[in-house]
Amino acid sequence: MSSSTATKPVRLRGERSRAASVGLHTALVAASLVSLFPVLFVVYVSLRGRDGWQEPMRLTGGLGLSNYGHILGQTKFLTWFGNSLVVALGSTVLGVLVSASAGYAVSRMRFPGHRPLMWTFLVVQMFPMAVLIVPLYTILGQLELLDSYLGLILTYCSVSVPFCAWMLKGYFDSIPAEIDEAGRVDGLTPFGTFWRLIVPLARPGLAVTAFYSFITAWGEVAFASQFMSSEEHYTLAVGLQTFVGQQKAEWGLMTAAAVLITIPAGLVFFLAQRHLVAGLTAGGTKG
Amino acid sequence: MTRIRRSFETHWYAWAMVLPVVLVLAVLVGYPLGRGIYLSFTDANEANVARTIGVNHIPATYHFVGLDNYWKVLSGQEGHFYSRLTWTVVWTASCVLLHYALGLGLALLLNRKVRFRALYRVLLILPWAVPAFVATFSWRLIFNEKYGVLNAVLDRLGLGTVDWLGDTTLQKISAVAVNVWLGVPFMMVAILGGLQAIPGELHEAAEMDGASPWQRFRHVTLPGLRPVSGTVILLGTIWTFNMFQVIYLLVGQGASSDSEILVTYSYRLAFQGVRDYAGSATYGILILSLLLVFAVFYRRMLTRQETAR
Repeated sequence: MSSSTATKPVRLRGERSRAASVGLHTALVAASLVSLFPVLFVVYVSLRGRDGWQEPMRLTGGLGLSNYGHILGQTKFLTWFGNSLVVALGSTVLGVLVSASAGYAVSRMRFPGHRPLMWTFLVVQMFPMAVLIVPLYTILGQLELLDSYLGLILTYCSVSVPFCAWMLKGYFDSIPAEIDEAGRVDGLTPFGTFWRLIVPLARPGLAVTAFYSFITAWGEVAFASQFMSSEEHYTLAVGLQTFVGQQKAEWGLMTAAAVLITIPAGLVFFLAQRHLVAGLTAGGTKG
Repeated sequence: MTRIRRSFETHWYAWAMVLPVVLVLAVLVGYPLGRGIYLSFTDANEANVARTIGVNHIPATYHFVGLDNYWKVLSGQEGHFYSRLTWTVVWTASCVLLHYALGLGLALLLNRKVRFRALYRVLLILPWAVPAFVATFSWRLIFNEKYGVLNAVLDRLGLGTVDWLGDTTLQKISAVAVNVWLGVPFMMVAILGGLQAIPGELHEAAEMDGASPWQRFRHVTLPGLRPVSGTVILLGTIWTFNMFQVIYLLVGQGASSDSEILVTYSYRLAFQGVRDYAGSATYGILILSLLLVFAVFYRRMLTRQETAR
């Protein structure tokens, strides 16, 4: 993290001096440590029992899984976990499904409304949740969807759909149009081309958008905190706040929960990260 | 009429394919936005909106007040708009700058032939895999005044402990640190993709012409990165400006706090104390307008650079 300005440009037939090699590795190791430390620290504290967090520098003493046992057995953690899973998966599936065909249409077809639609996708990403939260709250209240999975899934779609459509448009742009033409020559309808040829080719792009929607929904705090009012329906982002509040400071339990929350997010992440570079830059360069 | 018909015949396919998204956006974004704008022209709050208590339904009694809310906020009568705006801008600028600088630096390092490159990459991306709220809580534990590991280390080194989350300035610095930790991987990955898209021949040609490393960086790498940079900086700015979790969970939950940005303040207006829906909506609309103005200017600047090239 330290040497951002001191770095040298790419050297192609690069033989570099010993010193440069050492410098390079030092910088990378230092940056890796900074990025790794909080994660390792939380894992470590979570294994130190309920009060172990009060002595962060003590390295001796037993490690144990008592915190994990406690949150799994005596709190509603598993319920919250299930809620988060339902909501995150629901909004991911819905978001990607709904936005893929639109992304394709915007990428391949020229039609009246094309430009305004692209602008909408971009502008909606700028919406602070503060603009939408109050109206959505009242609307969902009227529909009696507050404190329900469906309400939260729909809310998250307002975030994920424009982003997914925008990203997928960029990704579809990077797939040569000749493929479409070949499909058309072979007698596929435009939708058939999209479904049978382009969707399979766009798997990396779809993975990235799905990943993004999942992670966004998994980690969303503002909407979930207000919309899910009964403890039975809390998502993890709301539930975690109950461990550490004004009156309580159960950091031991918090860290154990943090580890368990991060594992699925991390798994999804590392499954998708293979495609991340391709998907992101395809979406990025064609802005 | 026939023109509309012909237009429909040629374009119905495209329209059918975008229809689901348009519906979703209209219902979930368009309609709420309209209501939000309307609310910002009223004096709606917890006490006068329509609500149901038990079996009794109480109709709404709030009134249209025109531009009153905007006047109150913009003239500084209410909510210290300008000091919050200043801090929000400082917060956004410093976060995006650090994200970009560190992301670029790390991407340049990773773009070389380096042993353990794959391992470094995974380790450096790691913060991205951690949900922001988990990361924020973890950092709160690290920053904890009495039991935090940071203070323990400082104490051991004889530097004395610091109340990281107590003092306003330190709160702000801590929040920036947490957000930088969270945001660098995205920039790094995006820029790395951009670096790999720059044709190697350009670098070779520059090297042949005797360009120094710095010159190659300045005149080959940076211009080659421009398309990616343009997009990620725009996205980063929007995300940081609206970054709710970090501020809210790190510092903003208590009573009025000066380290709150506009978004968290607007949220607190709507959901803490006497719920001021109209005030919150006003702040929301103002935030949106600011971002829109920024995006329009930014994109215009990018196209001008593009044509000037």
